[in-house]
Amino acid sequence: MSTVAVRDLELDLEAFEGPFDLLLTLVLKDELPLADVEIAGVVLAFVERLAERSELELEVCGEFLVLVAALLELKARDVFAEDGELELDDLDAADAAAELAERLAAYRRVRAGAEWLERRLAAETDRYFRLGPAPLAPPPARALDPQDPLGLARAIRALAADPPAPSLSHLALRLPPVERFLERFRALLRRSGFVFDDEVDGLSRIEQAVAFLALLELRKAGEVRLSQQAPFEPIGVSAA
Amino acid sequence: MENDAGFGRFAVSVGERQLYLVDSPIDRLARTLEALLVIAPQPLSIAELASASEAEVERVETALALLAGRFREGRSGIVLEQVAGGYAFRAAREAATACARLVERPVQRGLSQAALETLAIAAYLGPVSRPEIARIRGVASDSAVAGLVDRGLLTEAGREAEGGAVRYRTTPLFERVFGLSGLDELPSLDDLAGDAPALRERLEAVAAGRSA
Repeated sequence: MSTVAVRDLELDLEAFEGPFDLLLTLVLKDELPLADVEIAGVVLAFVERLAERSELELEVCGEFLVLVAALLELKARDVFAEDGELELDDLDAADAAAELAERLAAYRRVRAGAEWLERRLAAETDRYFRLGPAPLAPPPARALDPQDPLGLARAIRALAADPPAPSLSHLALRLPPVERFLERFRALLRRSGFVFDDEVDGLSRIEQAVAFLALLELRKAGEVRLSQQAPFEPIGVSAA
Repeated sequence: MENDAGFGRFAVSVGERQLYLVDSPIDRLARTLEALLVIAPQPLSIAELASASEAEVERVETALALLAGRFREGRSGIVLEQVAGGYAFRAAREAATACARLVERPVQRGLSQAALETLAIAAYLGPVSRPEIARIRGVASDSAVAGLVDRGLLTEAGREAEGGAVRYRTTPLFERVFGLSGLDELPSLDDLAGDAPALRERLEAVAAGRSA
């Protein structure tokens, strides 16, 4: 293994796959967050390569140690920097050690918790139970104001009553045909003359209007002569 | 046959003798609870059982004790257990091999170290956000969190006041899979990580040596 081989060390990590050299470049260019990189994985890959060699090459090991130490320091800075204000350079050795000890202790506790969970899971492999779908939905609460039963009965009775009969008044607007009055007036004229007002007396206003139109039609055709003493007086009709 | 006190009597013939079995109201409540637990897709709390059966909490507890005696390992293929903050039926352990041929456990394929650590953080310190988990573990834990959410062991639990990062906590399924009656059944981390203070002392000693 030569010096070049350290840089070409092939890595297969969760966050990165490729030569060690490229990993360093990406990290230094801030294109790969160091928090994602498992340094232990890098060391493991190196140790595996080392194991393939019969001789221990101190120079190669030394270079690797320097590079990994640099990576670890960078990563430590990242970890500290996540607190925002805390910078590793600002701390003296004792404070840094205390902070690191705090972090390591917190992680160690979590690790111990994870180990306990792992043992527990292994002990519970014979645990089988039914898995249902989503939790049962509780019936929606119906918040109603207290009601007076008699009041409700009155409301229901009002709803149950027959609706008012629909108005048919608009149907009366249908116009009678003019021909009906033409034929009637011609029949009257064949016998003798007649007074228009007497003939339309008792008819609706619409029918009277249509009858008047018929009268005008007869006058236009020259079939009748009309006479009236004064405005609004009875209209006398006689054959022309 | 029922009398005024609400007790029913059932006659059973054993040879030439007639035996009378008394069916008490508690027995009847126990049967109702049994039915509720059979249809429930998840553990039912005492309050839920009391509400559904319209019985008092004390009577529900008594009836549950009765059921626990009937449905226990070695006596029944179904076991009543107190789990995930409620009561639920599960298969007896002696039937596990047969059950394994029929169904797959929710965590059949095991959990990675990253997943176990993430679960431990959520269980002990939850609800926690991804950045908090990453800070404690020292590596990004996004894929571990996503995997645990997919498996139903973690669920979202609101957002952080600052930054608005989604926070996660463990689910009732987590407690069932690990056979926990509740998160308070988890052992104290101080008991588990007894060497943490020693580690701290060692580090501080090294630091003191360097700064001297």
